[in-house]
Amino acid sequence: MLDYITSYLSSDTTPGQAGNMFWALVYILIVFGGVSVVVMAMNWLERKALAHFQIRLGPMRVGPHGLMQPIADALKLFTKEDIIPAEADKFVFWLAPLIILCASFAVYIVVPFGPTHAITDLNIGILFMLGVSSLSVLGVVMAGWASNSHYPLIGSLRSSAQMISYEVAMGMAVVSAVLMTSLNSTGTGTLSMIGIVQAQQAQHVWFVFKFFPLGLIALVIFAIAMVAETNRAPFDLPEAESELTAGFHTEYSGLRWSLFMLGEYAAMGAVSSIAVTLWLGGWLRPFPNLLTGSVFDLMFSLFPGLTFLALAGFCFLGVIRMPKHPYFRVQTAGLAGFGVVLGLIGLVLFAPPVRVRVQDIYWFVAKVGIFMYLYIWYRATFPRYRFDQLMKVGWKVMLPIAIGVLVLTAIVGVLV
Amino acid sequence: MTDPTAYLSHLELGQPDKTYLDTNELIINMGPQHPATHGVLRVILKLDGEKVLGTECVIGYLHRGVEKIAEHRTYAMFNPYVDRMDYVAAVSNGLGYCEAVEKLLNVEAPPRARYIRVILTELNRMASHMIWLGTHALDIGAMTPLFYTFRDREEILKIFEKYCGARLTTHAFRIGGCLYELYEGFEQDVKQFLDFVPSKIDEYEELLTTNRIWVERTKNVGKISGADCIALGVTGPVLRASGVKWDIRKAMPYSGYQDFDFEIPIGQNGDTFDRYIVRMQEMRQSLRIIRQAVEAIPTGPIMAKVPKVIKPPVGEVYHSIEAPKGELGYFIVSDGSTQPYRVRVRPPSFVNLQALDLMVRGSMVADVIAVIGTIDIVLGEVDR
Repeated sequence: MLDYITSYLSSDTTPGQAGNMFWALVYILIVFGGVSVVVMAMNWLERKALAHFQIRLGPMRVGPHGLMQPIADALKLFTKEDIIPAEADKFVFWLAPLIILCASFAVYIVVPFGPTHAITDLNIGILFMLGVSSLSVLGVVMAGWASNSHYPLIGSLRSSAQMISYEVAMGMAVVSAVLMTSLNSTGTGTLSMIGIVQAQQAQHVWFVFKFFPLGLIALVIFAIAMVAETNRAPFDLPEAESELTAGFHTEYSGLRWSLFMLGEYAAMGAVSSIAVTLWLGGWLRPFPNLLTGSVFDLMFSLFPGLTFLALAGFCFLGVIRMPKHPYFRVQTAGLAGFGVVLGLIGLVLFAPPVRVRVQDIYWFVAKVGIFMYLYIWYRATFPRYRFDQLMKVGWKVMLPIAIGVLVLTAIVGVLV
Repeated sequence: MTDPTAYLSHLELGQPDKTYLDTNELIINMGPQHPATHGVLRVILKLDGEKVLGTECVIGYLHRGVEKIAEHRTYAMFNPYVDRMDYVAAVSNGLGYCEAVEKLLNVEAPPRARYIRVILTELNRMASHMIWLGTHALDIGAMTPLFYTFRDREEILKIFEKYCGARLTTHAFRIGGCLYELYEGFEQDVKQFLDFVPSKIDEYEELLTTNRIWVERTKNVGKISGADCIALGVTGPVLRASGVKWDIRKAMPYSGYQDFDFEIPIGQNGDTFDRYIVRMQEMRQSLRIIRQAVEAIPTGPIMAKVPKVIKPPVGEVYHSIEAPKGELGYFIVSDGSTQPYRVRVRPPSFVNLQALDLMVRGSMVADVIAVIGTIDIVLGEVDR
């Protein structure tokens, strides 16, 4: 048994490929636990960032700077009454949020956080990701249908049309990136998520800069389509608050509603990680060609620790700026404690064995974080598209450009 | 089971296009509890998919019987009630009522009072337009302008609060003039506001006017021609955006508006985008009027000679002013007693709301929201 557990450590692959159930399970727990935590953190960050865009403060009451707000929200949602409308189709109503949740979490099985940091590496990885993430449209349609109510029905109809039409443009953009992986001596490409990043490593270029500007256009198309795919502003028609009250999840409450939210945020992370893997070099650090050498390697490997120290610094700054009233004593102590924890994590990340293993994950998550920030930024800036305009943009603008990019990529790839 | 659409049978609703997919029309009920109906408006929509075949507005959820109350109050006592109709433009309501009663009494407010009235009314017009802009943008999906406009409206409300103690339902004017003299530093406050707000209006325009999605959402949406507007009695920015240059401040000047130099912005297409542009320009014109008024404010009394007990002679009067939302008229019948025999209000929101069906028929569900926002209704005024 012990051998079985330790045997994986010497292998140089993901636990799924090594066929090691124990480590696969450990990875699954880490990834799914991590995603759940990130979703909660993202919830706080979104409310906070959105508030600062809008000259508000955002959550400030629960914990220092509202840090405990996601936990309070989760507790509230757990204890709320679970309402199933009398006219609803109960089984389908019950199943719909689970489908969305499973679909958006299952995607993380192939997300490559590092050359060996993935649950498994499928040889059809990208196909698996696109396929599973588009299953969530089923959940949306089921939710809208089972609610047996007008607003959810219209919301889910919009959603299914939107998700399906944007998937086409999205797929074309993905294919153009996959084509780029085949530009090697053997001439064979790969669909494996890890393979795609390794191809970028081998070609010494992130695909976003490859055949400039073709790679960039493909990324932009993907980045727009993925916002539509996850039903976020400015494409949030299925849950357009001012039109359809809450769209397909109007009739949901409490825990079931929170599953939709969990699924939505997890899906945002999932599609962002596709974009990062395909175009932004996955776990590769920035400037691998320009700034080479062991000194730069060392410098870039210090980034994770420095980031955590910077976060700790922000916490301590917050401690200094806290009101000095005794009423805030607990909050101040809590913030200082949080800062200490972050600082300690930062120090641990400086240790050489940790540093080397963690930097892949760090760069991957940092790149995903940029996309997550963009999501919030869009939401603060843009009005909402109308349904027909959304379709027009999808079919008449994005799809032709995506096909053009695909064809041009193929032509340039053959010529080069 | 009874036909759920039976109560709509008197409406001439359009029929869905017959296609090979035999779609059924859908009746949905929007409101009275809905995030985008600006209060308690209920709209029954008949839809063919996303297309609107027809609408029916159900109003009255905020009916408080303001007009009936007037018959049991003296003229002075009814004055605060009018603030509660269009509560985001309470000063305009008060101005219209006071001027109507003054006309009935055949007195005129002294020049200083008229200037104070103009300044406060124009400030209130800006506050009303700011609320309109914020909520309209929120309906179309842009959250951020709401907070920016509320930030700047706050400065206006601060001036109101310093002047008369109230922020929203101000009851700023009295029959015959104003009750309060301007406070110390009023001029300074207003000038400070005038200097600070143009850049903020630029900020709103930067967020919206050139925003591609905003333009797509508003251009050619809710179109209405000038002739249709006149036929339906639609007034205010909605009328002006359709190319009709009609502003009571110019056409039938009241409260000394003839003294000021300002323009009436008009649009051409009569769509939601033009109405947006017209209102944005109106805000800038209001700034012009306020600046002129503040700089030339005369000295003198602020109250005309009005008897303690107001007993107008037997007769009737109709007086209308240009409220932020359109023509606000008061028709007052006096029987010679201390209480009006009848007060009839011509609220701009109520009349403009009639155009909703004409404007949205044949467009999408999302346009209904945009058009409700662009008509700029306040349900307190619609239902009274």
